[in-house]
Amino acid sequence: MILGLDIGSRSIELVGVEDGAVTLVRRLPTTFDPLAQCSKLLDGVRPSSLVGTGYGRNLIQRLGLDCPLSAITEIKAHALGAASHFPEARTVLDIGGQDTKAMSVRDGRVVKFEMNDRCAAGTGKFLEYTAGVFQIAVEEFGQYALQGDNPPEISSICTVFAETEATSLMARGERPEAIALGLHKAIVKRTLNMLNRVNLAFPLVFSGGVANNPCVRALLAGSTGGEIGRDILIPDMPDMVGALGAALHGSSA
Amino acid sequence: MTDSAHKAMWEKLDLDLNAHDALLSVLGKFYGDIFLAQEGRLKGAEYLDFVLSEVHGLRIRELQEAKALGRKVIGSFCVFVPEEITLAAEAVHVGLCAGADAGTELAEQLVPRNTCALIKSFIGFKMARLCPYIESCDMIVGETTCDGKKKAYEAFNEIAPTYVMEVPQTKSAPARELWKAEILRCLRAVEELTGRTITPERLKEGIRLVNEKRRALQRLTALRAASPAPISGRDALLVNQISFYDDPVRFTAKINELCDELEARIARGEGVAPKNAPRLLLSGCPMAVPNWKLPFVVESTGAVIVGEESCIGTRNTRDLVDESADTLEGMIDALADRYMKIDCACFTPNTERLDNVSNLARQVHADGVIHYSLLFCQPYTHEALKVDKRLAADGLPMLSIETDYSMEDVEQLKTRVEAFVETLG
Repeated sequence: MILGLDIGSRSIELVGVEDGAVTLVRRLPTTFDPLAQCSKLLDGVRPSSLVGTGYGRNLIQRLGLDCPLSAITEIKAHALGAASHFPEARTVLDIGGQDTKAMSVRDGRVVKFEMNDRCAAGTGKFLEYTAGVFQIAVEEFGQYALQGDNPPEISSICTVFAETEATSLMARGERPEAIALGLHKAIVKRTLNMLNRVNLAFPLVFSGGVANNPCVRALLAGSTGGEIGRDILIPDMPDMVGALGAALHGSSA
Repeated sequence: MTDSAHKAMWEKLDLDLNAHDALLSVLGKFYGDIFLAQEGRLKGAEYLDFVLSEVHGLRIRELQEAKALGRKVIGSFCVFVPEEITLAAEAVHVGLCAGADAGTELAEQLVPRNTCALIKSFIGFKMARLCPYIESCDMIVGETTCDGKKKAYEAFNEIAPTYVMEVPQTKSAPARELWKAEILRCLRAVEELTGRTITPERLKEGIRLVNEKRRALQRLTALRAASPAPISGRDALLVNQISFYDDPVRFTAKINELCDELEARIARGEGVAPKNAPRLLLSGCPMAVPNWKLPFVVESTGAVIVGEESCIGTRNTRDLVDESADTLEGMIDALADRYMKIDCACFTPNTERLDNVSNLARQVHADGVIHYSLLFCQPYTHEALKVDKRLAADGLPMLSIETDYSMEDVEQLKTRVEAFVETLG
């Protein structure tokens, strides 16, 4: 079995591929000890080779595995993973725990990409952090925001300041659902800038954990003029796309 | 370089000895990791290692010895300040480095926070008393290349007397006249400082010496077109960095020796990276000592840097001064013409830079270009967009990086650079 291991800032995903078919899918939070989490994920698996990706991709050298190891960036991994789901993809958007990537792709190859640099504004972490203000789980935050209307403009793209802004909007008596919607809009606006810089073309594949958020999906469709399912394609288990791409890279090597 | 004689010298220069020791130890470690750990280095790199290991030691001692003989030391921060004039006045010219975060908090008392790292660095080095070069200078020559520097020199002048040359903003005929007048004004100021009269003979010799230095660097640039790449980008950058403060005659001889070695290596078909390693051109802002962050990140991916389109690179070495003039007037004209060819992003328009980047990329057989702008450097950040467009038309991929001297973004940089290199494969 060829493994792809995506060691991200918030979670670690493992995908195993045999004869081109996915036969193993596992996932754990990264925690403060990613090596131990990787070992847990690999428990009982005997890989013929392993490809690491994600910000912790070089940790694979320290897992004590005796099979061939290699690493690719999450940019390449997401492009490969997205293309395996949707070979016709022209653009890939991945919103992960701490970074957002936009890529223009042709046949699974990256032509141009953009990535947020120093700060986690507009990423999964932003949603997680601001969901905390509403005291709801990040998984339910999108559904919650969809109940809002007339969202106030959140002008700050800084996660910390956005929280402050949300708090003061609440104090002013804005409906919390509307504020939540405003926060989602802020993310999508930032994402759209990135997509435009790589010359957004449909079909757009949306991957990463944030692709599970129904409000981000809807706003993305609205702001790009694309239709979900036709122009904007979301893989099953969008957070596994990076690990899948890594495993596929190993299979083609 | 920690012997007691050096210490006494540093104390005399009024450096903050403890902070300076700490700086040197960090530098030493950096240098070991980034340069000494490389495989297949040239024999000629021993010179680079020696100069760097004595950068605050023996070279500073040489400056003190020159001063004891009545020679003056002139420092600058920019390739617009003509070294030819300094040499014609038998003075020593040093490019002040400004490539590390030092005294940043102190610097922010004099310049705003959103000032580029290079400016903060030279002010910080002075305020924190860490740079023996600045302390050895009899005259520091600034220039009006960007708003950040222009205003910073006003503030800097309060702590280190600074002479400022006015660099024009366009390349029109009146702009050239202004620049010629500025060269003449600088020449007079240097004469006054040194008490030496700059005769046509002396200026001619100054021009010849600097041309020889630039020719050696041009030779290095040309040799880097070979595949496999015969020298790492890090070592080549170091050569360019050292060109700003080592003795020009010694430097030229050593770099020509290094080029001889490169030629032999190329003839044997040897290089520092495999033949199929991605070849990258760096383009943009200068990387002053010890700003080796991006080259290290780039070459750690297995790619090799084959050129630097920057002030510490081809922007400083591409053009020579015409040596045919015999009169002072003729030579000043020749200097003005040569310096006006510099394709600094401070000019408007600056379209020749686009041609120069494109030509250099082709000359060194680059597979891609990494454009580097210092955070808050408006001129180069603007031009990153123009260069990107031009290179796209040439069919050459480009990655735009905006960063500073801090290490906080190294992991993100690695990912972006690696991903860019992956797209070239």
